[in-house]
Amino acid sequence: MSLILIAEQVLNGLQFGVMLFLMAAGLTLIFGVMGLINLAHGSLYMVGAFAAAAVAGATGSFLLALAAALAAAALAGVLIEILVIRRLYRAAHLDQVLATFALILIFSEGTRWVFGSFPLFLDVPDALSGPITLPGGIQYPVYRLTLIGIGLAVALGLWWLTARTRIGIQIRAGENDREMIAALGVDISRLYTIVFALGAALAGLAGALVGAIQSVQVGMGEPVLILAFVVIVIGGIGSIKGAFIGALLVGLTDTLGGIFLPELFKLFMPADAASQTGSALASMAIYILMSLVLIWRPSGLFGARA
Amino acid sequence: MSDPILSTHNLVKAFGALTATDDVSIDLFPGEIHALIGPNGAGKSTLIAQICGGLTPDSGRVVLQGRDVTQDSTAVRARAGLGRTFQISALAMEDTVLENALLGALGASHRPWRFWRKALSDKALCERALSALERVGLADDKDRRTSELSHGQRRQLEVAVALTLEPRAFLMDEPMAGLGTGGSQRLIGFLDGLRGEAPILLVEHDMDAVFALADRISVLASGQVIATGTVDEIRRDPAVREAYLGEDA
Amino acid sequence: MIGERSITLVVLGLLLAVVAWALVVDEPFTITLATRAAILALAAVGLNIALGIGGMVSLGHAVFFGLGGYAMGILAYHAQSFSALDLGLVSVAGTKSMPVIWLVALGVSALAALLIGLLSLRTSGVYFIMITLAFGQMFYYFAISWSAYGGEDGLSIYVRNGFPGLNTLVPIQFFGICFALLCAALFLNARLRASPFGLALNAARQVPARIETVGLTPFRLKLVAFVISGAITGLAGALFADLNRFVSPTMFSWQLSGELIVLIVIGGVGRLIGPVIGACLFVALEHWLGGLTEFWHVYLGAILLGIVLFARGGIVGLLTGREGPHV
Ligand SMILES: Nc1ncnc2c1ncn2[C@@H]1O[C@H](COP(=O)(O)OP(=O)(O)OP(=O)(O)O)[C@@H](O)[C@H]1O
Ligand SMILES: [Mg+2]
Repeated sequence: MSLILIAEQVLNGLQFGVMLFLMAAGLTLIFGVMGLINLAHGSLYMVGAFAAAAVAGATGSFLLALAAALAAAALAGVLIEILVIRRLYRAAHLDQVLATFALILIFSEGTRWVFGSFPLFLDVPDALSGPITLPGGIQYPVYRLTLIGIGLAVALGLWWLTARTRIGIQIRAGENDREMIAALGVDISRLYTIVFALGAALAGLAGALVGAIQSVQVGMGEPVLILAFVVIVIGGIGSIKGAFIGALLVGLTDTLGGIFLPELFKLFMPADAASQTGSALASMAIYILMSLVLIWRPSGLFGARA
Repeated sequence: MSDPILSTHNLVKAFGALTATDDVSIDLFPGEIHALIGPNGAGKSTLIAQICGGLTPDSGRVVLQGRDVTQDSTAVRARAGLGRTFQISALAMEDTVLENALLGALGASHRPWRFWRKALSDKALCERALSALERVGLADDKDRRTSELSHGQRRQLEVAVALTLEPRAFLMDEPMAGLGTGGSQRLIGFLDGLRGEAPILLVEHDMDAVFALADRISVLASGQVIATGTVDEIRRDPAVREAYLGEDA
Repeated sequence: MIGERSITLVVLGLLLAVVAWALVVDEPFTITLATRAAILALAAVGLNIALGIGGMVSLGHAVFFGLGGYAMGILAYHAQSFSALDLGLVSVAGTKSMPVIWLVALGVSALAALLIGLLSLRTSGVYFIMITLAFGQMFYYFAISWSAYGGEDGLSIYVRNGFPGLNTLVPIQFFGICFALLCAALFLNARLRASPFGLALNAARQVPARIETVGLTPFRLKLVAFVISGAITGLAGALFADLNRFVSPTMFSWQLSGELIVLIVIGGVGRLIGPVIGACLFVALEHWLGGLTEFWHVYLGAILLGIVLFARGGIVGLLTGREGPHV
């Protein structure tokens, strides 16, 4: 196996990881600040992807499509926050799970109703299509490289937002003590809506960006949602830093496991059985990673509360 | 004097910069009621939690009947004879009074792994639970839902659950809290008789109760034991007056 | 208001009455629907032990349903292809006997529940929910990538497995088997909640701190409950596979885990008969609404939201006038 192949896979893992981070960051923020487990986060990812595909189809502009994805997901986020989610902040986890599960059903079927069951396609913009040659002679798609860049930029932006801005300070205060910041005169329900919309917008952005390299279809959100759960369980619920590191770990493990485990098993097994066992194991690799982290630290790498 | 049933040796527990328990050593001897008093935030509940196993001390030891239980879980300590009541009632509110009392009996029997026979038709368990309820005066309410009980009755039930364990030592965190005068008087009378069965480490703010019951008193302030002695000794102790009553001695 | 016990009897009676009617007017499809409801109810009765009594919100019970299904699928596949099942040290023959398959399904899912429980019960709250969900996905992807037993396409079994003395291909006889197992599970569940173990488990959900101070360990109580719960759901999985004569990775899907919770909540969390009511309504809705509109899940979602936001005790809660269960 060549070094170039390895480097390429590492980049793929990074790209997958940063996209997971966009999902996980919103989830972990929403849990950290509002104490809410939101299964419908994957639906917001899907909403972003569909909005982007529809707008790109109509206008041909990828930038407009991205803007539409952000706007549509944020809007959907605000809408469900006000109509449903708001009533769940103090509810039992079971109620949160059920209500947001119900939202998934409604979003998925609603989308199928509007757009039909066939996948839509969102094309990579011309300016970003084709490969680029990286140092060392690695040919790598420009678009995927851009995704890595966008993901890292969002991570930086979120760090700046939570560490350096007024609203970030309010968010962090809200994590610690809702009554306290309400007493300080911060409009807590507005803050919650903003945080929810921010999380939704990030999910929508991820959906649109990934939509250009996969197909846009109903049900695309849930597998990503569950991976994002794995990410924040590993990173520690409520921690953005944990979400970032967890996302990269999961992205790299999943991508590299799929390539290397079958190769590894070929060293001591017949090729046929090796690729069978290897790929079966690879499909479980991130869950095994999660189990190991949990045995070591039941509340995740950077988690404060259990 | 005989050996203590329960003792702590140099317990230290810090929360960040705050040392909530600072080198605390206390003993509980057979037959005594040892009251633990101190201003709010002195570290009383933190100490109780370390004795029960809810919190792990940073250093120091907890010894129960000659055995070091510092590393043991709450459940193991309970089985070794530690009976506890909570400052805020911890009862199964959906269940009946009798069912709550049965929990203690069940724990004491060490046999929760029975899946088929009804708990309520197990004679030995029920007798044990009922006799505890009778002793605290809740026998007539045995079939009521715990959530329907008054605050005072819940405090009584807390004590009854601890009784069903037939423990070697009781830890009671503010059992009088929120009881009216009548309730307090009755509970004082009851605890007075209880010390013969097992000694009590009693955290209490109600000074009348403390002075009426305590054989010895330890005073905790800012995590440290600043005095231990009989009721009279403590009343006279200048350090106590200063720390506790804020008076100049 | 109506007592819970009479609701239980009435619901089981109604289910039997529907089947009897279907038998008289010769509507085998209705019997199949009732069988499906009974099997889903059985799966949810299993989950209700963990969720309703123990308070464990498991979003991964499809693991056990799927394992039960694959236990049936694999054993029957080897029996119908006359090949040996190689277990590493020994190799055994497949079987088409339901009782044997059930035992294997119970055993395998209990073992899986033990392992998953050991890991996930170290945590609580949302961590527990997410971890059980993640384990569900793990099994799902494993089943997809394991091509020896059909991978993504699943496994078909040509003839329904047999039960001594019965012809399982006759719908009413297979329904009888499933209904009997459902009743047995309900009876077990009822005994369990009144038993010393049930009492302790029920209290461990409400006040874990109290349980510890009487010398019991919530972790162990919950783990045992999780294993019993997983085993029952696994048995339901084996029956479900036999009903369809087909197993596929979708039996492991997280939607199925979600639906099992939905069944319980529609009926009423922690209620003995809750899962049965939920399953019957679910199958009825699926059939009627599904016949009217392709998008019936929208309505299911709306009903669910309504229950969560406005009728917290589910159907049994509405009927008895009490939100929470009480023995
Ligand atoms: N988990 C914790 N984290 C940080 N600080 C804590 C924690 N638990 C207690 N403290 C602090 O430790 C100190 C002692 O608290 P503790 O509850 O033991 O006091 P107390 O004597 O029981 O008071 P009270 O009479 O009000 O019940 C207090 O200052 C409290 O704020
Ligand atoms: Mg206290």
